[in-house]
Parts: sequence; structure tokens; C-alpha cells
Amino acid sequence: MFKVYEVKENVFANNEREANKLRKELKERKLFLLNLMSSPGSGKTTTLVKTLEELKDKLNMGVMEADIDGIVDAKTIAELGVKTIQVHTGGMCHLDADMTRQALTEMGTEDLDLVILENVGNLVCPAEFDTGAVKNVMILSIPEGDDKPLKYPLMFEVSDVVLINKIDVLPYFDFNIEQCSKEIHKLNPKAKIFPISSKTGEGIQNWIDWLVAAVHDWQQ
Amino acid sequence: MHELGIIVQITKSLAEIAETNKLTEIGSVTLEIGEVSGIIPSYFEDCWQYYRRKNELIRNAELIIEIKPGVTFCEDCRKIYETVKYGKECPFCENENTFLVEGNECIIKQIEAR
Repeated sequence: MFKVYEVKENVFANNEREANKLRKELKERKLFLLNLMSSPGSGKTTTLVKTLEELKDKLNMGVMEADIDGIVDAKTIAELGVKTIQVHTGGMCHLDADMTRQALTEMGTEDLDLVILENVGNLVCPAEFDTGAVKNVMILSIPEGDDKPLKYPLMFEVSDVVLINKIDVLPYFDFNIEQCSKEIHKLNPKAKIFPISSKTGEGIQNWIDWLVAAVHDWQQ
Repeated sequence: MHELGIIVQITKSLAEIAETNKLTEIGSVTLEIGEVSGIIPSYFEDCWQYYRRKNELIRNAELIIEIKPGVTFCEDCRKIYETVKYGKECPFCENENTFLVEGNECIIKQIEAR
């Protein structure tokens, strides 16, 4: 005979517990974990490489690559002398807090200030699963269109920073940065928005300044 | 597209519940899914049929989905309305100063197990 067990628990509740536990440990270890999310082709790796180049003399960094086929990405980053690890999602469309913890342990983070997690290229699942990161950053690129906040609201709700990338191609697309920023702030009034071009370097300094300040805040 | 990821997450919770209560077989899982949670019940059912073959604990478990309607509250006129029918704009005062009260959840309500 089956017996009824009342559960009444949010599906994401146990992941959220794990994520909060991980964040607490990161705080004690003074390690800043940044969760970087976007759709495929938004310039995530280019932005990451640019960020690492800017910061390599200031911070000790590591990168966790969760792309399903990430050998090329991991190689590009290893050439910069930054510690990298390939994270295996087991074919899943996202990383959860448990997988993130395992990857951090495997990588070894004793001497690091900042670990950037390059999440799976996807605007849906990564937004639903808290990885335990200190801050969430998402990249929206100009060719994707300015309607993305309307189509993927949760991603914009959970992101502390939105990098609007590829502004060097703005003249060729009907992307209204002002309108898009308005839509993002409707969903998430606290979101910081930085228009950048990882290719030309335009606007990158604003993003780097924010990141350095956030890492220092966390370490205090 | 996120349905399978959610099912994997559910089975992690179920494994914890099974361990705590010393359960070895689950007969049914009842979920409360919000109308605007972005979960599509038919996809969810397909993913469930696929994944239960890979997971001993839920191998024979029936999936029961209860849909919770989306409800939005308007801060300007302080009224509530149906989210799916009217969206972001309040049907009473036509303002967009509104927020979702419920309908976004995905909750494991109860299980039958032994």
C-alpha cells in the first residue's frame, strides 16, 4: 500500500539551500564567484578573454567552462595563464549549485580572488538554477535584438549586471538601447547596464571598474 | 526546453525525501505548476516518461499536474486580474504598474510512496 506524504516544497528549494550554503563558504574564503550567462554567440568568450586581459595583473583568477563543447574556449583562456577547468553538466542545459561546488573543489581555489563561471549558452535554464555565485552577469548582444527582456524575463530578473555587447555594430541593427534598458529596469530596477564592445574595447572600462569594486567589497 | 532539468531537480528532492522516510518506491508525484511558470505540461509529461526509465525511485511513478492560475495585482487601482488573459496591462485602469501575485510556482505538493 502506498502512503501519502505531503511535501509542499518548491522544486528549486533544495538547490537554493545548496547555493546559499556555497555563497556563505565563498564569503569565508574571500572568493568571488561570478556567474556569466548568455545565449550562444553573444560574445561570451570574447568578453571573458577581454576581462581576463584587463584584470590579470590585479587579481588571481580562475575560469570554469560549462559549454558543452568547450575545448576551444578552455584553450583560448589557458593561453592567458589563467587557471581553467571544464565543467561537465552531464548533457544538462544548466549548472546547479552542487555541480558548481564540485567543480570549484576539483579546480582548487586557495590562491584565487575571482572565479568566473561561463554557464551554458541558454537564456532559460541557467536563470532558474542558482549556482551559488556572488553575482550574476548576462550578456545581450546587439544582433539578438532589444526584445529579449520581454521574451526571457527571468534571466533579466536574476542578473545583477547586463552587458549590452557588440555596440560597434549598432548602426546596422534596429536595437534601441534606451528602450531596452527601460524594459530591463522594469523587470529588475537594480540591474546595472553597461553597453560594451568586447571587440573594440569601447565601454569595457566601466564594466571592469564595477567588477573590481564588487570583488573588493566581497573580500572585506 | 527546461522541463528535463526541472525533472532532474525534482528527483534530487525526492531522493532526499525517500532517504528521510525510508521509502523505496514512489507511486505518484503531484506537482502544482503555475500557469505562467514557463513549464509546458505536455513537454513535462514527455520528459517524465523519458527520465523515469533512468531513475529507479520514480520508475513506476505516475505524474499528476495541477495547474495554478496566474494572478496579477495592480498597484495603481489595487485590483487583481487574470494574468494570462490581460498580461502586464491592468484591464481596469490600463496601467502597467502591476506585478504577479501567483502562477509562477513549481511545487512538489505530495507523493504517494512506500
